[in-house]
Amino acid sequence: MKYIDEYRDGALARKLAGAIAAEIQPGRRYNIMEFCGGHTHAIARFGIEDLLPPEVRLIHGPGCPVCVLPVGRIDDAMAIAARPGVILCTYADLMRVPASNRRSLQSAKADGADIRMVYSVEDALTVAAENPAAQVVFFAIGFETTTPPTALALVRAKAEGLANFSVFCNHVLTPSAMEAILAQPQDGPDPVHVDAFVGPAHVSMVIGTRPYETFARDHHRPVVIAGFEPLDVMQAVLMLVRQINDGRHQVENEYSRAVVPEGNRKAQALMEQVLERRDSFEWRGLGALPDSALKIRDSFADFDAERRFEVPARSVPDPKSCECAAILRGQRRPEECKLFGTACTPESPIGSCMVSSEGACAAHWTFGRFRERRRA
Amino acid sequence: MSTGSRQGRVEMTHGGGGRAMARLVEELFVAAFDNDLLRRRDDQAQFAAPTGRMVMSTDSFVISPLFFPGGDIGSLAVHGTVNDVAMAGARPLYLSAAFILEEGFPLADLGRIVDSMAAASKEAGVPVVTGDTKVVERGKGDGVFITTAGVGMVPDGVEIGGDRARPGDAVLISGTIGDHGMTILSLRESLGFETGLRSDSAALHGLVADMVASVPGLRCLRDPTRGGLAATMNEIAGLSGVGMMLDEAAIPVRAEVRAACELLGLDPLHVANEGKLVAICPPENADRLLAAMRAHPLGAQAAIIGRVTDDPHHFVQMETAFGGRRIVDWLNGEQLPRIC
Repeated sequence: MKYIDEYRDGALARKLAGAIAAEIQPGRRYNIMEFCGGHTHAIARFGIEDLLPPEVRLIHGPGCPVCVLPVGRIDDAMAIAARPGVILCTYADLMRVPASNRRSLQSAKADGADIRMVYSVEDALTVAAENPAAQVVFFAIGFETTTPPTALALVRAKAEGLANFSVFCNHVLTPSAMEAILAQPQDGPDPVHVDAFVGPAHVSMVIGTRPYETFARDHHRPVVIAGFEPLDVMQAVLMLVRQINDGRHQVENEYSRAVVPEGNRKAQALMEQVLERRDSFEWRGLGALPDSALKIRDSFADFDAERRFEVPARSVPDPKSCECAAILRGQRRPEECKLFGTACTPESPIGSCMVSSEGACAAHWTFGRFRERRRA
Repeated sequence: MSTGSRQGRVEMTHGGGGRAMARLVEELFVAAFDNDLLRRRDDQAQFAAPTGRMVMSTDSFVISPLFFPGGDIGSLAVHGTVNDVAMAGARPLYLSAAFILEEGFPLADLGRIVDSMAAASKEAGVPVVTGDTKVVERGKGDGVFITTAGVGMVPDGVEIGGDRARPGDAVLISGTIGDHGMTILSLRESLGFETGLRSDSAALHGLVADMVASVPGLRCLRDPTRGGLAATMNEIAGLSGVGMMLDEAAIPVRAEVRAACELLGLDPLHVANEGKLVAICPPENADRLLAAMRAHPLGAQAAIIGRVTDDPHHFVQMETAFGGRRIVDWLNGEQLPRIC
């Protein structure tokens, strides 16, 4: 556990907390968005907010793959799973994401659809090899972190002629979502002011630090790429507070033990070989964003579930009163949603942010809800 | 004992009420569990009832895999029910055992399970005095399911219940958490990794007897099985109408368990135990109780891990080792089925 414990050390945390507090300029606010659900989870699980001065506000970003998937795409997956002879392989979290009409993959499974939970796309390939008579579809979601394994699986499926395997591709791109956050009108009813970003950990291992340069250069927002351990987050906050104080806006890399500026070239090449940008993709909360997601290239069309099966491909609005969209945009805190903790809990989620442990609502409900009661 | 009942496989006739069943019961179960009450071959066990407060508990065991480092479904079926009885502060007296066998299950494996169960019962000093066997068709069960029930007596003056925790009370645990659950999880093929972990499955009534003798004013005892320590703390908080504040740094967790949890994205607080207990006592008795626990082999790593608080929301909170605070919530959904 050596390599984990040293990033969770309480004494070091107190030292960093002291350093952050010492940097705070009186009267100044520091609005920092942690883009990734991995950071959101760590912040809640380790109680990081208790170590930060009140001037620092952490805004949870849209970097939770389960959360940003719109209802329509879940409906599409349900339609695929409902076809006779199909085995749909999915991550466990997706099972509970609400689809239209209060249904979910979980309820479809109970009704008899063959839906199997897997840990990785590798597992789905195994299911395909073991069930040659079935059509096995992998429900692929995620940012750039999980994309290379999907691409690799497609290459393998093609090489091995695994004709009963296909991928329902929902991979999305981090920089597009960050761009969308900053593009929100600042004079609307719910302006989001983000002074700086804690940049993704695992995503950056794949794409490197360069794609964030535009946020520093063109949008004048400091970005610090940080690991998912709590000391990484604290260190990143300290670096961002210093940048804000200095009036600097640079891309800095706190996670240099894993992230290099150019990223993982091999993984990038693999993605490029198999996948290409979609003209537009609908995100929950952020709407339809151009160039924000990936689809399977024509050369791998045989393994594209969207071409192999007909899907409804309808845009479906979020459930009424659900504030997931505003929460994903950073406009609302989870506890400001009327449904939070009443109609919507991790046991019976109404919005996607209450499903994944990386979702802002689930993280706050599971680990942090005592803070509201204390304030009340 | 004839070896005939330990060869071949379970057949439908083994549950049919005929000679095959009688022979299986005789040669396997009665021979292994051998005791005076069972030897009478009645449909029930008859015994004199002591005066005082009795407790009764029952538990079913469906664990997969059936055999694991540190135990098997047989020893677990004894320990689980002995512990449920003991958590009232009671001395367990008798057990019953009912088996649901699947057609085709190897009799050699059944023999191992029954032997292990008999050994656990003997070691605990709690005899299996009545039982039942049923056989279901192939595909309608999964090898063997066992249900045990137990009765026991509560010593005079002992009043233990989940609703008795009071603000200020101390919370203690008898040792490391998560050993059983992570042992089982690591064995599941689909996870594909190996550890040196062992289940902590053990009968805790001896430890409980020492604790009750040392601190008769003990308020709550629970064994944190499915749902782990988190579920147990939330149960007691709800029943007693109190909050809890745990100290993460004080909770003993083996390095292997922490590493495996980290890998699988699990919280050790949610992982099942089969040989640990949580105790709550008035603060002034905490050190004495801790000493009594540590003096027993099953409590050698006991620790004071928190305190009961006054909280109208009944939150179980934890001061993290990192220096923040968080809620310790119930396990959401299912971690993995068939853990016990």
